[in-house]
Amino acid sequence: MATQLKETDESGREILDSVVIRFAGDSGDGMQLTGTQFTQSTALMGNDLSTFPDFPAEIRAPVGTTYGVSAFQINFASHIIKTPGDAPDVLVAMNPAALKVHLKDLVPGGTLIINLGAFNDRNIEKAGYTENPLEDGSLESYRLIEIDISKMTLAAVDGIDVTQKEALRAKNLWTLGLMCWMYDRDRQPTIDWLNQRFGKLPHIAEANIAALNAGHAFGETAELPSEISTYVVPKAKVEPGIYRAVTGVETTCWGLLTGAQKAGLNIFFGSYPITPASPLLHSLSNLKQYGVVTFQAEDEISAVCSALGASYAGSLGITSSSGPGVALKSEALGLAVVTELPLIIVNFQRAGPSTGMPTKTEQSDLYQSVFGRNGDTPMPVIAASTASDCYDCAIEAVRLATKYMTPVMYLNEGFLANAAEPWKLPDTDDVEPFPVEFASETEGFHPYLRDEKTLGRNWAIPGTPGLEHRIGGIEKDYDSGNISYDSDNHHKMTKVRAQKILGIADDIPEQEVVSGNNSGKMAVVGWGSTFGAIEQATRRCQEDGLDVSHIHIRYIWPLARNLGDLLKGFDKILVPEMNNGQLVTLLRSEYLVPAESLAQITGQPFKVADLEREIRSRLED
Amino acid sequence: MNVQSPPESLKPNDYASDQEVRWCPGCGDYAIVKAVQRALSNMGADPKNTVFVSGIGCAARFPYYMATYGFHTIHGRAPAVASGVKLANPDLDVWVIGGDGDMLSIGGNHTLHVLRRNIDVQVLLFNNEIYGLTKGQYSPTSKVGTRSPSTPAGSVDSPVSACVYALGCNARFVARSVDTNLKVLPGLMQEAKENTGASFVEILQNCIVYNDGVYSSFTDKANVADGQIVCEHGKPLLFGKENEKGLRMMAGKMELEVVTIGENGVTEADILIHDETNRPLALMLAGMQPPNFPVAMGVIFRDPGPSYDAAVYEQIAEVNEKTPAIPINELMHKGKTWTVV
Repeated sequence: MATQLKETDESGREILDSVVIRFAGDSGDGMQLTGTQFTQSTALMGNDLSTFPDFPAEIRAPVGTTYGVSAFQINFASHIIKTPGDAPDVLVAMNPAALKVHLKDLVPGGTLIINLGAFNDRNIEKAGYTENPLEDGSLESYRLIEIDISKMTLAAVDGIDVTQKEALRAKNLWTLGLMCWMYDRDRQPTIDWLNQRFGKLPHIAEANIAALNAGHAFGETAELPSEISTYVVPKAKVEPGIYRAVTGVETTCWGLLTGAQKAGLNIFFGSYPITPASPLLHSLSNLKQYGVVTFQAEDEISAVCSALGASYAGSLGITSSSGPGVALKSEALGLAVVTELPLIIVNFQRAGPSTGMPTKTEQSDLYQSVFGRNGDTPMPVIAASTASDCYDCAIEAVRLATKYMTPVMYLNEGFLANAAEPWKLPDTDDVEPFPVEFASETEGFHPYLRDEKTLGRNWAIPGTPGLEHRIGGIEKDYDSGNISYDSDNHHKMTKVRAQKILGIADDIPEQEVVSGNNSGKMAVVGWGSTFGAIEQATRRCQEDGLDVSHIHIRYIWPLARNLGDLLKGFDKILVPEMNNGQLVTLLRSEYLVPAESLAQITGQPFKVADLEREIRSRLED
Repeated sequence: MNVQSPPESLKPNDYASDQEVRWCPGCGDYAIVKAVQRALSNMGADPKNTVFVSGIGCAARFPYYMATYGFHTIHGRAPAVASGVKLANPDLDVWVIGGDGDMLSIGGNHTLHVLRRNIDVQVLLFNNEIYGLTKGQYSPTSKVGTRSPSTPAGSVDSPVSACVYALGCNARFVARSVDTNLKVLPGLMQEAKENTGASFVEILQNCIVYNDGVYSSFTDKANVADGQIVCEHGKPLLFGKENEKGLRMMAGKMELEVVTIGENGVTEADILIHDETNRPLALMLAGMQPPNFPVAMGVIFRDPGPSYDAAVYEQIAEVNEKTPAIPINELMHKGKTWTVV
């Protein structure tokens, strides 16, 4: 939130504690690029930040329509922040449709920057306005800056050898230039990026850079309304170290690579393109020099089956998808459970059921992950909560999969995949290696020989002399690994498979409280990407003297050993989730505790203020 | 052959596992497993480097009876699992086993892609034109009118020809034989194995319980000579007891016809010479149906090309050469970073 301190620095810039800016425009307007570049500059300025890209499923929806609006929100501050911000202080609307969709979120008195060039009668009508919103007084309560950005951009690139279409496409860079002026961001990283990106098209790079500089110069020279000033957001005080801005996809990719190296295995990644999981396929495809084999399979089933085949042959098989794709993989996941082979399934959850809302985030695959297979088919499920946490969770997924010879469901979210945050770069040397030892001893060998402690079976890979064996989906005899239809044996094997997974609870950290007391009036229990919003909301309540604690669960299955006792120390348990109440059911059934659901199924992250209000109101009940 | 010979040569029986074979007595699968064991013995295949991957169905029990590595997977997905096995370790000799339901119905898609990618595996399709394990329903290769529990009045949908399908998938090795033809089958397996890339072999297999005699019109001893034609590259396409019949292209038409040498002025010079690298010809041969035509056997098409698995590892080597791997710590530090003190 912009504070009203009105402090200024030596150059006369007003000092702000934090700002939320939302760029909104047509999906062809380059808003994601503008946001990403602004993020990069902001990261390099030393602010803490959090972003929320929000774009339509259609690649290029018809121009000027409300459903074709693409937006990028960034929250940056001189202190530690955890969410992309509830409501923007600044809204950049590149056309009437963007204004129509996003104005409702702008804080009262917020700054509204309008591209006048796009406000013609046709666009105004297409956006669903009956009157021109710039003329009907509906924007009076905002600090309105109207600029014909289209015209300004054309003027800026005059003389450069580009077509009118190419010139107009640079208007997002003009806008970025203006915002860089307003918030004192360095333009150089963007200039470097443009030169690199358009290395082979120097005239396009030149036009974009000219537009960027022109937007900046406009701010410096134009006579803007007096209440518009320039701002500075000082650096945030964060832990010393080397940082970079990352998304959850990048950290997941590096985490899997680190994990594979710690296990001493090569990655085989079988995947089928699906929103929002495809970026992981793209990232891993660029890591061939690490022996990573990526396989764009013909469908989701082949993606998981090829990964399982690769695990059978001694690679670390990984597959990724989103909810509907994971549904298609279910039968093969059952095969992975019964053949007890390591496998990692990365699920970038999105709004369901079925196709749902592919580009919108949700946490609605918890049931599917824990319960969604035929037979008694348990597997560990872990959920990442931040882009940074994606790195650790990926390594943990590899560790559990190889140590316990089991598929591991690694829950990610569309929001985490796309959102950026600063990340203190870890040192891979801090991760203890967990090298895999393939079976080689022929004496007494059978494929289902188990480690007494972990209950994981031995992993004998083709190519090993004397260990030739057959595995498959038919139930196996406990003592020989041969196929068996014996009823007592099936009972025993089912119990062993379950016990193996439950035993992981002894190998994972006990559940800790993120903030607040270890017992008390209310525990707010979350999982996944709601971490930031819950933490900020509970802290605000705590600062007000309320007895509220935040518990965030990474290990969805098996649950931490002490979780039941911990929860029983609270009078109330509130479980906010971006689904219709899934973790809450699991907690109630496992611990018989009176956990209450707080469901939000809008495809949008929780707002801190909404959570805070809900916590306060339920505390009073 | 890139398989290392084991220290001592192994006999066909040495490739048999200790598991009791559970196919119905008289099932064609017994003969096929024998043929494969004989082929492996002839080739000196190393059991430790040999992997059989199967889907679901009667045929898919195959790996359990082999003393090699084996993976009995799920219905239709054997080609996908096998692709992962081969890509993870290209040194392995990977065989994919499935029936007509497994590979042409539920798993038709994976069959298509393993063939078009040309992954270096052998795909053996046991075609008995029926669903055996689920007790006799018609399959995608059953002839129109097949009466079965699910089609009591006869099936009404057109069957697919396995070999024509494989050719349409851009398979670069397509062959066909009969389960009991132990003289030919082991050699054909060896040719499939020696072909680089995906090799597709359709084995016409008799289901003694649900579809007995479905192929007898051309597989019964008395019918073989007139009912089958063996395709051999560079040789005339002749058949019949005295090799008196042959195939020729109809004048002015893209169509085959059966002719008899010595009749209507036909001489051996008129007979078509088999060219195994000619895909349109292969499509015509593979599609020939009794009773008007003999059924084409042997290597119908062979035109080897680079395998997918080899290409994948070539790319990895190239990238490694150009931009060798750096420690992950350094990888993560590449790009825009900043230091907080």
